[in-house]
Amino acid sequence: MKPHILNRLLALLLAFAVESRAEPVRYNRDIRPILSDNCFACHGPDKANQKAGLRLDVREHALKPAKSGDVAITPGDVSKSALINRIETTDEDEVMPPLKAHKTVTNAQREKLRQWIAEGAKYEQHWSFIPLAATKAPSAKNGMWPRNDIDRFVLNRLEAEGLAPSAEATKEALIRRVTLDLTGLPPTLAEVDAFVVDASPQAYDKVVERLLRSPHYGERMAVDWLDAARYADSNGYQVDRDRELWPWRDWVIKAFNVNKRFDQFTIEQLAGDLLPDATLEQKIATGFHRNHMLNEEGGVLADEFLAEYTADRVETTAAVWLGQTFNCARCHDHKYDPFTQRDFYSMKAFFHSIPEKGVGIYSNPIRINAPPFVKLPAPEIEARIVALNTKMKSVNDKLAALTSQSASGVEAWAQRVASASVKWQPVELLTANGGDQPPHVDTKSNTLEIGPQETRRNNIRLTVRAPQGRVTALRFECGTKASSASFQWSELSVGKLKLRATALDDSLAEAEVEKVLDGDRKTKAALSMTPAKPVSAVFEIDSGDVSKNLVITIGVENAGGPTRWQVFATDAEKDVFVPAKMLAIAKKDVAKRTADEKKQLAEFRTSQQPEHRMLNDELAALKKQLATAEGEIPTTLVMEEMKEPRPTFILMRGAYDKPGEPVTAATPAILPALDKGLPHNRLGFAKWLVSPQNPLTARVTVNRFWQQVFGSGLVKTSEDFGAQGALPSHPELLDWLALEFIRSGWDVKHLMKLMVTSATYRQSSAITVRGSQLDPENRLLWRGPRFRIMGEFIRDQALATSGLLVEKIGGPSVKPYHPPGIYEQITAGNGYNIYIPGKGDELHRRSLYTYWKRSVPHPAMLLFDAPFRETCTLRRPRTNTPLQALNLLNDPTYVEAARFLAQRMMKEGGPSLDSRLTHGFRLLLSRQPKPQELVILRSGYERASKGFKADPESVKSFLAVGDAKANATLDPTELAAFTSVASTLFNLDEAVTKP
Amino acid sequence: MNAGSIYTDLQRRHFLKGIGGAALASLMNPNVLASTQSPHFAPKAKRIIWLTQAGAPSQLDLFDYKPGLASQFDKDLPESIRNGQRLTGMTAGQKRFPIAPSVFKFQQHGQSGMWLSELLPHTAKFADDICVIRSLHTEAINHDPAMTLLQTGHQIGGRPSFGSWVSYGLGSENSDLPAFVAMISRPSGPTNAQPLHERMWGAGFLPSRYQGVRFNSGKDPVLFLSNPPGITTEGRRAMLDDVAALNRINIAEHHDPETQARIDQYEMAFRMQAAVPELADMSKEPASIFERYGPESKKPGTYAANCILARRLAERDVRFIQLYHRGWDQHNNLPSGIRSQCHDTDQPTAALLGELKERGMMDDTLVIWGGEFGRTVYSQGVLTQDNHGRDHHPRCYSIWMAGAGVKKGHVFGETDDFSYNIVKNPVHIHDLNATALHLMGMDHLRLTYRFQGRDYRLTDIHGEVINGVLA
Repeated sequence: MKPHILNRLLALLLAFAVESRAEPVRYNRDIRPILSDNCFACHGPDKANQKAGLRLDVREHALKPAKSGDVAITPGDVSKSALINRIETTDEDEVMPPLKAHKTVTNAQREKLRQWIAEGAKYEQHWSFIPLAATKAPSAKNGMWPRNDIDRFVLNRLEAEGLAPSAEATKEALIRRVTLDLTGLPPTLAEVDAFVVDASPQAYDKVVERLLRSPHYGERMAVDWLDAARYADSNGYQVDRDRELWPWRDWVIKAFNVNKRFDQFTIEQLAGDLLPDATLEQKIATGFHRNHMLNEEGGVLADEFLAEYTADRVETTAAVWLGQTFNCARCHDHKYDPFTQRDFYSMKAFFHSIPEKGVGIYSNPIRINAPPFVKLPAPEIEARIVALNTKMKSVNDKLAALTSQSASGVEAWAQRVASASVKWQPVELLTANGGDQPPHVDTKSNTLEIGPQETRRNNIRLTVRAPQGRVTALRFECGTKASSASFQWSELSVGKLKLRATALDDSLAEAEVEKVLDGDRKTKAALSMTPAKPVSAVFEIDSGDVSKNLVITIGVENAGGPTRWQVFATDAEKDVFVPAKMLAIAKKDVAKRTADEKKQLAEFRTSQQPEHRMLNDELAALKKQLATAEGEIPTTLVMEEMKEPRPTFILMRGAYDKPGEPVTAATPAILPALDKGLPHNRLGFAKWLVSPQNPLTARVTVNRFWQQVFGSGLVKTSEDFGAQGALPSHPELLDWLALEFIRSGWDVKHLMKLMVTSATYRQSSAITVRGSQLDPENRLLWRGPRFRIMGEFIRDQALATSGLLVEKIGGPSVKPYHPPGIYEQITAGNGYNIYIPGKGDELHRRSLYTYWKRSVPHPAMLLFDAPFRETCTLRRPRTNTPLQALNLLNDPTYVEAARFLAQRMMKEGGPSLDSRLTHGFRLLLSRQPKPQELVILRSGYERASKGFKADPESVKSFLAVGDAKANATLDPTELAAFTSVASTLFNLDEAVTKP
Repeated sequence: MNAGSIYTDLQRRHFLKGIGGAALASLMNPNVLASTQSPHFAPKAKRIIWLTQAGAPSQLDLFDYKPGLASQFDKDLPESIRNGQRLTGMTAGQKRFPIAPSVFKFQQHGQSGMWLSELLPHTAKFADDICVIRSLHTEAINHDPAMTLLQTGHQIGGRPSFGSWVSYGLGSENSDLPAFVAMISRPSGPTNAQPLHERMWGAGFLPSRYQGVRFNSGKDPVLFLSNPPGITTEGRRAMLDDVAALNRINIAEHHDPETQARIDQYEMAFRMQAAVPELADMSKEPASIFERYGPESKKPGTYAANCILARRLAERDVRFIQLYHRGWDQHNNLPSGIRSQCHDTDQPTAALLGELKERGMMDDTLVIWGGEFGRTVYSQGVLTQDNHGRDHHPRCYSIWMAGAGVKKGHVFGETDDFSYNIVKNPVHIHDLNATALHLMGMDHLRLTYRFQGRDYRLTDIHGEVINGVLA
């Protein structure tokens, strides 16, 4: 065992040697990584932190004497170069990097530095900022192997390193690999068979063409982009309520499917709203930069979070298109790369003039997006709205007609009103419950005491004795003994009585009282009381029985201070209930009433008539329906530009409340300037990003697509093309691909096709001794890509092979199975702290449509390395953990899918056990099982079958997992045994690995 | 022992340059090589139990005794004290900032004479064991950013949580259980329970194997732990043998070390299926234990029950055990709210301390108790003699630490007469984190991970070990 480890170590050392070949010294390859990692943090681009007056990232500075008078680098003279002396000294006070930095320059690195200085200390511009230069694909010894230019670059390098490419993968492996890569789904058996028998030289190209035309191609391509764009269905902070942005997600899928040019893809997402005559689609595209999180927490300071969102836009843009870590430049000049803090805020100015508030509005209904947003066409709902408006007009017309008829007997009524004295009898209170604290009933004074404070959404239930005799109305009086108190009264119900809000003298206005009768907890009557000034509310009784004891429910949200409640009843005629203003007019002498007052009086009298009331009720109901319908129209978050741009300042140390110098929108100084013809706004910026002069966008983009297919980018740190990032393994190939991408018109499908049809891609992924010794990470591409597929596609594959997959593209996100109890444990907010799984089709949609709540992303996705989608993610880790095993073994998703795969084995797999097992194996892995594999599957089946036969109850419960019912025509014991085998298949390493 | 996973780990070592001598291999890797990582220097603590009190407990009513406030009832907080300090949007509009002295009595306890509130009668028995820091401060003023800062060293999500740094740095000591376990309990009383967020125990940019594993009180203490209905342990064992046999055929063809690693992970999953229920099964705990932890301890999922589980996890050498108890956000009705919270937490916390002490585990366990910020001396909303609320207060608050390497019966730091500003020995969250790492044998400056070209630390670019709390 020990020698074994040593062998492995040796292999690693060899691998190192591959990456850092000797002579001649090149600054970009050999020197910058050393200086960047060890020196730049204190002697680099950050102007505020160039210690000892020394800057090493620019040659002319490095050659000048520092404050001490020492010269760091004297080209050609190592002994006069303080850089070397200070690194090599044994004096602990003098040595660089200082001990507290915990960095070491290795002997090999020291040797490189010496050699570099001796050779004249030549600097180079950082490789990724050098303009793209046309490179011709090199020739290689093995002229037969290359299928396209990618292979020529790869083979040239392999031959130089003494490695040979691997043989081509089997046809079965190849079609499974490419189908997973281009659609995120496995091939069907028919597709596998067709390819295997197709002996034509174009057979593989035909498969690729077909896959690129598949609507699932866009779904697969979208997933990485959703990570990059930090797409989610919730706002991310605190209570983390929903937002609506799925139309943007659908836009992305469609854009990949129609093969939208990547430059246009960029422009529309960053600035579609600013294009001339922007279409709705182009506006939807701008949802890209509304994907950031949004804070709705009470007490949040808007400016603080506005600063976060705009910084997020800058950092995301820089990472996605430029491959630069701009977050470092938010507080100070970048420590490693030539980007200044000014660059950061100048870029922010492009994204800073969106008419947004900085905080969400928690009081808004959950589905209301934070402006700006656009409504989507919804013909069915719009038709409903038109119909409702028509109805409302007709009711309004009837009301107007009614009002215009002069009511008779107004004067007699006015006199009754003027002389009426409404007598209120206290209602006898019995018991009460509910609330943060138990409410107290004082039976002597018939007073209900609530509080001292109600923090939550509560219902106080009060039982009262039936009032004696006729009752026409109830009066609620709310007072307090505290110096002041407030009460947010959301709802009221009294037994089964039908109540009508009314106004009397000094009681609450009718409009206010209505809020407690509307059945909507969100609308609340706000009461505020002092000991001297209680508040009262009056309700007429439209209908209902008051002869029995009544239960009164008072809904409260956040009451402050203790309140005292009394209830009164009256038998007065209802039509004498008038507001104070009306009473004053009624009490006036007829002769002294103005024309307007007479009109008011008459109109009020009319409004009391049953017919009028009926129409009014109808109107209220229609209004409610209209609001509901309008709330159902889907919306999506977009960018817009304010007429007057917001001023932008450099924020000192990145703090939102410490503005420094003002800046205007500009691109980073080190990169080619914005073309004179381009506007200085988001549109100009987006066009600059994809201009051919920009050395970064094409390199960064092709590298990410390469990563998607080959598992690792040509630049391994696909998110960082800066000094601290990795160097490209094949720099010429990277540039060639970038130029080819631009030349083809930023044609993504063309690029994907180039990659997946290359001989490099088509190699077998088996690991060889020589390969693993020389290059265990396969940086040189001596074998085909082999790695675990993403969590989304593991689930999609199970759904597809079992036949459960619902292939619908797009639409609102859905809620598949989810372990219970998690939301309750972690989240808060009424209605948002529970996960209710969807039904039917919603359980079996592709995983990219799964509802993504940022505070609690779907646990199965998290286990497979999905990010939280809080910030831009360009590279997911790939881990291998026991929790993943538990998920694939026990999640109902996979148990149910195993049952459906088993059903296919039984129904489609022919008559024999072997043929059925083979069928299931092939459905998942696309290849025939080897004889020894079949032996294991067979014995597994027989063992399971025996176990299930002995325990029929276990069959029943095993087959009942999941919502989709088991096929009742199949023998349950057999089905259970096949399900067990299917589960074995889903858990194979090969099943979750790209072959 | 298999060669494959060693191979993978060596590869990984090759990737992760930032971390020097400490840590690396998989925390859940069952093989001997991967089980324990070497710390930077001799650790005082082998494990941390972090009793996170989510929602921000009021320091004024628990630890930071201000007798002088009694005479200041309903007087305005002097402007010289507030000094223009920003307020949350919830009280910024308030016309007055009336001082609300604590309605609770304080008393001195133990040899040390530590002042503690009557709300903590059980914890008070351990006054001579704990070290109260009265001068902790933070920048964040709202729950989500503040809790994220406390847990990850940064207000905005995306960085690894404390526990995941520890499991990354030190690996696991138990081959059947994860290195980092989080447990959440809800308040029993009617109070404002602020939400949490998976990121608070997430791995951030560290590989997700380092994320905290949440233990639940339901059927599956760990997600997806139980076999589906109808599948027995024996059936599962046999099926896993099939999976492994088939995977080995694949290895023979592709020689992929990841395949061997997956076989190992499935074995660990199987062991977890036994180890976790054994851990969560408290039926063998004697009745005296439940009496000690209080009546709630028999209800799964409560803070009290989680405290017993914390001890059981500690006994099994789980590195980082994090409890969250929600419900400390007393914007109003503070007296009744905080009383209810203390009812939930005081007795179980003290019982845990007592048990650790008796079992000799206080010597190598670090216990931390506290929340994300403090609360204001002035009342939010109506102030009466017996009722008031308190808003968020980031400028100072109190927590305590106890156990391995920490001073006993000690109070560190001091605030002004209003518990509004710190007047002596301020301690930032980063300092607290640096100190906790130090006790675990790790230099917070050297525990780094390269992400986006930068060597990130839990303490960002800050943090100093607080020598004043070290024994």
